Amino acid sequence: MDILKFITAGSVDDGKSTLIGRLLYDSDAILADQLEALHASNRKNDDGTIDLAILTDGLKAEREQGITIDVAYKYFETDKRKFIIADAPGHIQYTRNMVTGASNADLAIILIDARKGVVEQTTRHSFLVSLLQIPKVVIAINKMDMVDYSEEIFNSIVTDYKKIAVKLNIADVTFIPVSALKGDNIVYSSTAISWYKGDSLLHHLENVEINRDNLSTHARLPVQWVVRPQTDELHDYRGYAGRVSSGSFKVNDKVTVLPSGFTSTISKIELYDTQPAEALAGMSVTVHLQDNIDISRGDIIVNSAGEPQLSSVIEADLCWMDTRGLDTSLTYLVQHNTKTVRCKIREVLHKVNINTLEKDFDEDFKLNDIGRVVIKTAEPLAFDPYQENKANGGAIIIDSRTNVTVGALMLRQSVE
Amino acid sequence: MSTNRLDYLDELEAEAIYILREVAGQFEKPALLFSGGKDSITLVHLALKAFRPGKFPFPLVHIDTGHNFEETIQYRDEMIARIGEKLIVGHVQDSIDEGKVIEQKGKNASRNALQTVTLLDTIAKNGFDACIGGARRDEEKARAKERIFSVRDEFGQWDPKRQRPELWNIYNGKIHKGENVRVFPISNWTELDVWNYIRRENIPLPTIYFAHQRDCITRNGQLMAASPFLNMDEDDVVERRNVRFRTVGDMTCTAAVESYAFEIDDIINEIAESKISERGARMDDKVSEAAMEERKKGGYF
Ligand SMILES: Nc1nc2c(ncn2[C@@H]2O[C@H](COP(=O)(O)OP(=O)(O)OP(=O)(O)O)[C@@H](O)[C@H]2O)c(=O)[nH]1
Ligand SMILES: [Mg+2]
Repeated sequence: MDILKFITAGSVDDGKSTLIGRLLYDSDAILADQLEALHASNRKNDDGTIDLAILTDGLKAEREQGITIDVAYKYFETDKRKFIIADAPGHIQYTRNMVTGASNADLAIILIDARKGVVEQTTRHSFLVSLLQIPKVVIAINKMDMVDYSEEIFNSIVTDYKKIAVKLNIADVTFIPVSALKGDNIVYSSTAISWYKGDSLLHHLENVEINRDNLSTHARLPVQWVVRPQTDELHDYRGYAGRVSSGSFKVNDKVTVLPSGFTSTISKIELYDTQPAEALAGMSVTVHLQDNIDISRGDIIVNSAGEPQLSSVIEADLCWMDTRGLDTSLTYLVQHNTKTVRCKIREVLHKVNINTLEKDFDEDFKLNDIGRVVIKTAEPLAFDPYQENKANGGAIIIDSRTNVTVGALMLRQSVE
Repeated sequence: MSTNRLDYLDELEAEAIYILREVAGQFEKPALLFSGGKDSITLVHLALKAFRPGKFPFPLVHIDTGHNFEETIQYRDEMIARIGEKLIVGHVQDSIDEGKVIEQKGKNASRNALQTVTLLDTIAKNGFDACIGGARRDEEKARAKERIFSVRDEFGQWDPKRQRPELWNIYNGKIHKGENVRVFPISNWTELDVWNYIRRENIPLPTIYFAHQRDCITRNGQLMAASPFLNMDEDDVVERRNVRFRTVGDMTCTAAVESYAFEIDDIINEIAESKISERGARMDDKVSEAAMEERKKGGYF
């Protein structure tokens, strides 16, 4: 069985949490004691029915205000698949939490309130989904019960959204008319929406193909830790521990260690007490090399046939996530894989205006701004363009005064 | 992360090992909090996979309420002897003797809440900058919100409204002096995933997880193990029941479930069919809707 990770996104109050609650409720994934707590809660819908949003709105402040503040993770499975759901907040103030949930998603469900159509936050989240390269998108047009399940309204929102999808290069979009509140097209196909012939949301999630293979097949292993027991019988043991982030390694593969550029050959792959012939993407292993070279945490082992870019001046997309704006005179830290080095944002090339999706040449990078920059790092990073290899193209910026993560970088290319 | 061909248990395992190695790489003085429950036992197994044939780059730390199931302590000591790693024990009794906490009175008295003080003291005394724990997001709704690297201030407090963004698998472990990070490598595992993994890996468990006969009393609709730590009076009727424990904490706050699951396969079937969540058997969560969140804000795990 495989795991599908998905996120719900969209504007505040579009019904994301209610939709997750409905999905869990109608697929019988809520246990008796949790159900009891749900019934006992004093947050109810206007018609007195239980408010399914409180299944994921787990914080006191969220229940008091009726909004989601931070991502909630929920787990459930059907006969077909295991699901890890990230229920993200819609409020613009909490965009960084949405980005947190979206960074690991295979699929995004973007909700649109049928009464309101596409709004700024729909576009912002769609932009983030496209920047983060979430391969599949579902547009759930929600609250259909409040527009008499109108096909025209649905169609006109579809037309509007398709314009955005083209601008944002979102290729794979599925549109589903739903009512999270009433349960139409969530788990069960709706009888009220008889004009819609497609799948219910759950059916779609169970069957959608997640092709992670379109990612780079170049083998990458960021070194996390060097295993050196230094006991008498294991005196010369030297294993490089890490998780293969893309591609795969086999014994006898020729590899290069970056940034040093030393080359060697893989002599052994270990996973605790087993010695797998191949280390596949996603596996946490310990590898041994034929030659004794100096390797430590922060280095990356790659296949010599397809080396990444090695550069300290890099163009990247940036999403700013802190209330203190970007300061180009300040030295920040950049964390890429297992390496953390000092950096400066040397130049802001442009920002993107969320309403028009046009470039904006205002250099003031504030909370929730998205744009393109050039960063200069104190030591070169061995990266692949995020578009080609997510696992080796993402990085974060840390403010060394507060230690807080303030920016998400999607690296594009060396501009040295 | 391209993990197309990995089965879900392999994927979860690989993620947890990756997180443990990040802790080793990023912190000066980490520790693994070992409670004796199945989740922390699973963590120890994952640490073996992450660091052998090397030693663990951290000690195990047990916060001992003194109200333990005998089987847990026995298991702990045997395990430590088997794996040859260092164990540090923080005693709630010491915090009581030092006057830092006051023992609760009355029928529902438990040392569960007191252990936070002992935990924070143990962290401070040893200068730990990261504490690895076996909490899972599926356990409870506040936990469902917590990051994998969860920064705590000097007082151990979790501030749910100020969590750091956490992107991809890049964990930011940078902290100021005095702060520490709680790290949850099995955040994305469900209770059933843990059991399936224990079965697959043949991990030994304390016997209390399996059905056995035990003297119990019924408190607030739940079966509690009769023990000298539980304040009992003449209203309490002791009955011998066939039970097992689904989650193991302090004897005074962990309820038993009626069970005939003697083997791990029976347990997995029982959980798959159960209509009650795991923490439904924890008195500490029954107090209020926000009980866990409040405890976490106070420095609890
Ligand atoms: N009529 C109707 N109301 C709905 C539907 N879905 C959600 N709602 C209501 O819309 C309101 C907001 O729902 P939530 O699920 O909390 O919205 P959200 O998108 O999670 O909001 P944030 O997380 O704060 O961004 C609640 O009052 C819901 O009951 C629907 O399909 N029809
Ligand atoms: Mg919500």
